Amino acid sequence: MDGFLDTGFGIFLIVLLQCLAVTVFILVCLAFLMYADRKIWAAVQLRRGPNVVGPWGLMQSFADFLKYIVKEIVIPAGANKPLFLLAPMISFVLPVIVWAVIPWAPGWVISDMNVGILFIFAISSLHVYAIIIGGWASNSKYPFMGALRSAAQMISYEVSLGLIIVGVLISAGSLNLSRIVEAQAGGWGLFHWFWLPHLPMVVLFFVSSLAETNRPPFDLPEAESELVAGYQVEYSSTPFLLFMIGELMSVFFMCALISVLFFGGWLSPIPGLPDGAIWMFAKMVFFFFIFAMVKAIVPRYRYDQLMRIGWKVFLPMSIGWVVLVGFFAQYGWFWGAYQRWAIGG
Amino acid sequence: MGIPFNRAVYYFLLTDIAIGFKLGIKYFFKPKATINYPHEKGPLSPRFRGEHALRRYANGEERCIACKLCEAICPAQAITIDAEPRDDGSRRTTRYDIDMTKCIYCGFCQEACPVDAIVEGPNFEFSTESREELFYTKEKLLANGDRWEAEISRNLELDAPYR
Repeated sequence: MDGFLDTGFGIFLIVLLQCLAVTVFILVCLAFLMYADRKIWAAVQLRRGPNVVGPWGLMQSFADFLKYIVKEIVIPAGANKPLFLLAPMISFVLPVIVWAVIPWAPGWVISDMNVGILFIFAISSLHVYAIIIGGWASNSKYPFMGALRSAAQMISYEVSLGLIIVGVLISAGSLNLSRIVEAQAGGWGLFHWFWLPHLPMVVLFFVSSLAETNRPPFDLPEAESELVAGYQVEYSSTPFLLFMIGELMSVFFMCALISVLFFGGWLSPIPGLPDGAIWMFAKMVFFFFIFAMVKAIVPRYRYDQLMRIGWKVFLPMSIGWVVLVGFFAQYGWFWGAYQRWAIGG
Repeated sequence: MGIPFNRAVYYFLLTDIAIGFKLGIKYFFKPKATINYPHEKGPLSPRFRGEHALRRYANGEERCIACKLCEAICPAQAITIDAEPRDDGSRRTTRYDIDMTKCIYCGFCQEACPVDAIVEGPNFEFSTESREELFYTKEKLLANGDRWEAEISRNLELDAPYR
């Protein structure tokens, strides 16, 4: 048996099973996160939220899922059919792919690649294409305008998101996500993670990821109360479901990324307790809760405000921070808090 | 320097967000304002104007004397009445139709009725699957009266001091 698992086909099978396990786990999580999102939103507004399907409405997402897949797929007469159907698939597949490099625990990662961060940015940049293709292939002006707005927003915030991460990379000295987590390990537990030395960037990263994933208060492309649905206007049934899952999955992925980069991934916050995947998951769920609360309490930004804050506030601040961290790390200031290089020095 | 320093500090410390978050958490744990509608229902005033009903006297005799005041006052002209003397000589309706799709639930018919025959009861859950089912006939209205008599008479009694 050991012999078989060492062959090329055996390794392929193992990787396939790992991918399947992670994907299924994430999808099941998403079903309950969608429910949690609606429940939290409802609770802040003194509503009850979904509470009919199953105990406390827990099965709501599965009922929605069934509803979406049995509905008719409407393809507009003038639409470019292959591209129209390709766009939601891209939108769904890309957020699944990036989970490959997220470490759940030491060694619990599908692909422990040395350029994990670059891989994440390479893949998540492609997400814009799904939106542009979806908006264009609908052959209708509202989806197209929505797609343009969405694309402009996502590209703007990817710039600051990238620069914010550079600060962490300088501190950790590695692009490998597992190394980044290990660089945060230390005797002080909670206070040894990167969120403390990189505190302003945690906030910036969080706000940028809200904008990057088109979440409120930056949900301008699909502002429910003002527009119809942005680039998804012409979509219905399963393609719409794929867009929606893709969007929620990138939200959850951003939660994972924040946990890994700033909050020590699988490390336990209290020095005595054992580390493990449970901490990683708890942190992700906590950040999802913050995402959901922000949705409930913050009013929507205007488009010009969104662009202003992206280019005139976040970008200069993150560039300045990169320069500062460069000095801090090189000269070991602040008791070496910025100098936790995994390799070399 | 056009930017007030205080405002800039509040802006960068995200004070507004922090206050909003605190408020959000406070409301998060408050009791819900909504009720589980089909299982729980809100209170109704005795004056609530719901589905119509034709009432009877305690001996089973129908109250309506076909005076047609309700038909006359109905602003939506939803009521249609035909009348003939009955075998015992009393004046009775042969037809009493209310088109519930026209009715605006103003309650004027109830106000106009000299014998408290036509009333609007407390029932508001009478949706139907077809339009035709909403053309109420005399039989349907009398049946409603028999079904809701307890609630209707109690509501009339409670509201009597204010009339």
